[in-house]
Amino acid sequence: MAIKGIAEGKYNLREYLAFSGASVLEDKKSVFVGTGLPIIASMLAQRTHAPSLFIIFEAGGLGPQIPELAISVGESRTFHRAVAASSMHDVMSIAQAGYVDYGFLGGAQMDMHGNINTTVIGDHDHPKVRLPGSGGANDVGSFSNRLIIIIANQSKRTFVNKVDFLTTPGYLDGPGARERAGLAKGTGPYRLITQLGIYGFDEETKRLKLFSLHPGITLDEVKENSSFEIMIPDKIETSPEPTEEHLRTLREEIDPAGIVLGK
Amino acid sequence: MEVLQEGIGEALGWHDPDENREWVFKNKSRELKDKRMSVKEAVSKFVHDGDFIASGGFGHVRVSMAIIYEIIRQKKRNLAMAGKTAVHDLDILTGAECVNKVEAAYSFGHELRGLSPASRRMVEGGQCKVVAETSNAGYQWRWLAGMMGLPFIPTRNLLGTDTGKYSCSKVVKDPFTGKPINLVPAAYPDAAFIHVHRCDIHGNAQIDAILVEDFELSRCARRLIMTTEEIIDNELIRREPWKTCIPFFVVDAVVEVPYGSHPCEMPGMYYYDEEHIAEWLKLSKTAEGAEEYFNKYVFSVDSFEDYLELCGGVKKLNYLKRREFLEEPMIAPWRK
Repeated sequence: MAIKGIAEGKYNLREYLAFSGASVLEDKKSVFVGTGLPIIASMLAQRTHAPSLFIIFEAGGLGPQIPELAISVGESRTFHRAVAASSMHDVMSIAQAGYVDYGFLGGAQMDMHGNINTTVIGDHDHPKVRLPGSGGANDVGSFSNRLIIIIANQSKRTFVNKVDFLTTPGYLDGPGARERAGLAKGTGPYRLITQLGIYGFDEETKRLKLFSLHPGITLDEVKENSSFEIMIPDKIETSPEPTEEHLRTLREEIDPAGIVLGK
Repeated sequence: MEVLQEGIGEALGWHDPDENREWVFKNKSRELKDKRMSVKEAVSKFVHDGDFIASGGFGHVRVSMAIIYEIIRQKKRNLAMAGKTAVHDLDILTGAECVNKVEAAYSFGHELRGLSPASRRMVEGGQCKVVAETSNAGYQWRWLAGMMGLPFIPTRNLLGTDTGKYSCSKVVKDPFTGKPINLVPAAYPDAAFIHVHRCDIHGNAQIDAILVEDFELSRCARRLIMTTEEIIDNELIRREPWKTCIPFFVVDAVVEVPYGSHPCEMPGMYYYDEEHIAEWLKLSKTAEGAEEYFNKYVFSVDSFEDYLELCGGVKKLNYLKRREFLEEPMIAPWRK
């Protein structure tokens, strides 16, 4: 089954994911964003419920009002009407020092503790598929207080027992592991968004736990599309749906060419 | 300090700080001299086979493409490159068989445009080796250690991950907190190329944009080739010295190349040439196609001006200016 609004032809999956991403961001907080859907989600949040969302880009853009979808996280759109155009050293330093509320990343593969792979499918030295690598992802995942992850295609292939390569730290092998490794106290994954639902991480076990199902999606679909066991809460929420205004903003203002959102 | 874990990656560009100080003392002039030269001269003088090279800017933004094309034209070989969000530059240098070693933070991708067919083919086929993994901050702070003349910088990233394990860093027990901390070693590229908005004939430069890693990279590189949209009078530098982000004494060559970042963006001046990038992404799906691209845009042209003509000349450049200022709609020809 598909998400209800998609089956009804109201929007497509990428539009829904962008909206879902925006819905978990709070106003008056800072978000350190990676390329693609995280940029669009942050732009949508800033244009709707979170006008004072402070967007941060790794290459030096601080607090921009992004006029149109940025193709690169280092281009001029990422410091358009910003409060500062500084440098990677500046951004990474303030992130390491604790000024980043949310980190926002995409991923290719993930395990039950939110560890992400964006480096390689197969063996590192003899790769089946070479992916771009960490970029700033390891830094965003190490430094942000709360990490938000989008994986557009949840399946047994992307929700794995062990990632082929641990690029970006989630909760590593469980409770206390981040701190034992030397990562900053109190940091780690907070939300995960897929085509099936929105997830959180269990306080005690630091394992992936369902938070809400997208409208029209069943619990069985969530369970079937994972190699590991996902924790299920007693009460399951239903994820919110975009309004006409959200969709108009996405289609007309943010990505009119349909580069990420598709046509 | 107790070493808790050692990364298995190769530390490209590493030198003992004393050795590098000595090199700097002997080889970097503090004389305020005229450093103007041609692209050809700069590359033949300062880029050598086997060098560890690094580009300034970020991804497809403010990249010294005139130098990248010249490296291909001069058929430099066995270069190692900093994959510090190196995108188009690394892709074509790998596709042209100039680069065969990479320390990868972000490489082999074109951000929203998708993965890089040419450099992925070389990595998956084993012709180009990823000798170490790191993150963008990991690279950034390797430059910082180099620039500061220190052997390493302590950082709180890379910890607990395979990125750290495959990096050239070491994890030690921090003597102050008692907690594990990562140490990234200094890196001194043999040659770096940075494209700026303007500089004087000595290399005092102004950048009207985010600096990305260029403050640190310019100061740790052993040789720095600076390409510039425009050369301005030293008097203009002295009137507003707070605008100088790279000072002359770290610069080895000054090359005036208007539109020198094409097909990459130059913030506040011109946007990406998406049609050109799409042509490369399409052609580079095969080795023959990549060769066709190099023959057309690198080996058959003598100058960067001729290359720009071939890419659409004044009409195209004016369009890219309007696009930069949001006066033209977004296009994504690589999606087709």
